[in-house]
Amino acid sequence: MSQRGELPKWVDVGLIPALNLLLALLATSVIFLLINENPIECLGIMIKGAVGSLKGWSYLLYYTTNFIFMGLAVAVAFHAGLFNIGGEGQGYIAGLGAALIGLNLEFLPWFITIPLAILASVAFGALWGFVPGYLQAKRGSHIVITTIMFNFIASSLMVYLINYWFRPIGKMAVESREITGAYILSFREIARQFFDFKYPASPLNLTVFLAFLVAWAVWYFLWRTKLGYAIRAVGLNSDAAIYAGIKPQRIIMIAMAVSGGLAGLVAVNEVLGAQHRLLLEFVQGAGFVGIAVALMGRNHPIGIVLAAMLFGLLYQGGTELSFAKTHINRDMVVVIQGLIILFMGALENAFRPWLTALFFKADD
Amino acid sequence: MTTPAIELIHIDKRFGPVHANKDVTLSVGQGSIHGIIGENGAGKSTLMSILFGFYAADSGEIRVKGQPVKIKSSSDAIAQGIGMVHQHFMLVDPFTVLENVVLGVEGGALIGPALAKARSELKRLADDYDMQVNPDAIVGELPVGLQQRVEILKALYKGADVLILDEPTGVLTPDEADHLFRILGTLRDQGKTVILITHKLREIMAITDHVSVMRRGELVANFETKDTSVDELAEAMVGRSVLLHVEKGKATPGEMVLEVKDLVWRDSKNVARVDHVSFSVRKGEIVGIAGVSGNGQSELLDCIAGITKPTSGEIIFEGKSIGQLADPRHLREEGLAHVPEDRQHRGLITAFDASESSILGWQFEEELGHGFRLNRKKVVESCLREMKEFDVRPANPLLKSAKFSGGNQQKIILAREMSSNPDLLIIGQPTRGVDIGAIEFIHKRIIELRDAGKAILLVSVELDEIRSLSDRIIVMFAGKVMGERDSSADERDIGLLMAGVQKGVAA
Repeated sequence: MSQRGELPKWVDVGLIPALNLLLALLATSVIFLLINENPIECLGIMIKGAVGSLKGWSYLLYYTTNFIFMGLAVAVAFHAGLFNIGGEGQGYIAGLGAALIGLNLEFLPWFITIPLAILASVAFGALWGFVPGYLQAKRGSHIVITTIMFNFIASSLMVYLINYWFRPIGKMAVESREITGAYILSFREIARQFFDFKYPASPLNLTVFLAFLVAWAVWYFLWRTKLGYAIRAVGLNSDAAIYAGIKPQRIIMIAMAVSGGLAGLVAVNEVLGAQHRLLLEFVQGAGFVGIAVALMGRNHPIGIVLAAMLFGLLYQGGTELSFAKTHINRDMVVVIQGLIILFMGALENAFRPWLTALFFKADD
Repeated sequence: MTTPAIELIHIDKRFGPVHANKDVTLSVGQGSIHGIIGENGAGKSTLMSILFGFYAADSGEIRVKGQPVKIKSSSDAIAQGIGMVHQHFMLVDPFTVLENVVLGVEGGALIGPALAKARSELKRLADDYDMQVNPDAIVGELPVGLQQRVEILKALYKGADVLILDEPTGVLTPDEADHLFRILGTLRDQGKTVILITHKLREIMAITDHVSVMRRGELVANFETKDTSVDELAEAMVGRSVLLHVEKGKATPGEMVLEVKDLVWRDSKNVARVDHVSFSVRKGEIVGIAGVSGNGQSELLDCIAGITKPTSGEIIFEGKSIGQLADPRHLREEGLAHVPEDRQHRGLITAFDASESSILGWQFEEELGHGFRLNRKKVVESCLREMKEFDVRPANPLLKSAKFSGGNQQKIILAREMSSNPDLLIIGQPTRGVDIGAIEFIHKRIIELRDAGKAILLVSVELDEIRSLSDRIIVMFAGKVMGERDSSADERDIGLLMAGVQKGVAA
């Protein structure tokens, strides 16, 4: 039987997402109208707040950094056929690695401490991803369940550790002391130190470049290495993978460790870059946003970078909106995000049959 | 002449650039068995899907018993008395036969009355058409032949006068196929109309009254079965005369390459699916394993290819014992290539592009990239080279594997395994679902490889294929080797072994 015709690529990756985004914005507008706000004005505030100033851009890119790491983490697991819901916990535990090195090895020069701290973040995240991967591969425990549970374990464990181990005696706030040596420079600090230029205050730091670099590295890993090939083979068809001499159990454990390691890089952005200390719940839900980012970016690094920027825009624009409009709070922003995920992720194929029909009618 | 049961008039259907049915006009007489043959992708399944309401024709008309009808969905088709038995059964495995039969016609909130009605109706149908089946059996536990019978009963229960069967014998043993043909004969005698889609010429000759031949979307010929021959049909199908026989010289077997000794493999229920099997394969010969599908051949292949670990016994490949290794990667490095039986699920990854599928199993090769890297350019180049050599169409390494026809997918796999220059090639079902033109090509390649001094182990359920390719034939039945014959053995002799009959004594 013949295959149904396929849409041209530009429709697939360009027009369809654009239409879905438009639909999401229309639905958002309806909600603004329901609360007696002018949707065009509100959307204007959001966009201007995110991309209308250097400060807006800085926040946008700071959020984007976390979302890229988490989106990539979800994508790598997804290519191995696994749904990693545990990015939140993996990123959180990774903070332990960053803080242990950052706080204890401050006597070493920064160019040794920082790479070590980054590696430790990745290693702790990878470990927290590997354990559910091991349980899936060797014991058949479902990865979705175990990774969710591991989020809770991470959360409780970190509260205990931060409170009893990291919190300096006499300090009220439940957080570690400040990392004074081995932290990653913020844009503001670089501008002041090296260029004598006043950069607006923002948590944006050099980790953003690491995010783009890692996005490229993940693409290379999945599509240009033998291990990446094996991971995709297992994810698409594990019987064929076994035939090809690939061991799916091994691949599952590797993929989950890589995924956890990528999630762990969020700790680099937060603990070493933005906060310079270990805080409670510093991941702030980025692990869950990462699922939406990977979904929208179709598990491809380019798509993930673009989707992460869109979510960065929503986060920053939403914050600005809640400042500008007194009766719009951050929950409203969550509603808008939800609509975008709904239309671009869950209803991704809503337009497809209709567009396909249109295209092939035009062809005849 | 009576009104035809089904008339398809000027049916035309396109899928994007593919013209699947070109102005097809077909008339099926009432109370007859009408065969439709054609190569893969000739448009037979599309045509039947239009008749059964899965697709809408772009233009054309369908008449049932002389009345023009619109068939927009399968329920329209069922209402018109058309039933279809699909190649892949549409049955709910954990349900009983009875529950499957009433599926879709439960007729109310309570299932009881429908089941009671179905039970008596099923008994009547079974008696009328000689189709006995236990209504309370769990469908998933029935053999394939009986599952198919349930599909037919389901269609009849829904009042089908016209029954479409899509490649019905692909999954059946010869015995089961014979029984199916008897059932179809009875159905015809009772006034039902049967449309049989197949690419097996022998079936057409055996049971149809009329036959239509499709080629590249067109209906190219109609015959009365009694007035035509296998050769004439084959020629109409491919548009040129084809060799049904394989030309090959005498084998010159050399040293031992593979030796299987007393091999046993037990499944999770501790049933010996491979039962004390011993045989050997030498350089420069083709050893064929004949047998009805499901008699242990697949499991035997899996053991040799390192996919499953045998329970006991020994496999010796080039002097080394490999049975307990179960490491396909290592075996490939040692020179064992494997064309798996199920190409869609094992031989390639349909979501990969052709170039990626063309390295499946060989992905760790140093030639394809140093160390951990995979050199995309080299992968695409080697794929293109293999495609040209094996005449894969279209020769586009970047096209998704799923987009190639069955025959071309098989060529991609064969090209991959053969170009590795193996010492031993094991091939499962080399031409299942492959069209005649490609079969000829594949057979030629297998012979060439043998003549180059390689050892080949062939498993096929097509006895003709085994007989025309093999230098020695091993027959398997119920996991055991029933006997060994040379290539000149007669078909009846092998057929008896396949049925488990040894020297006149039933096994």
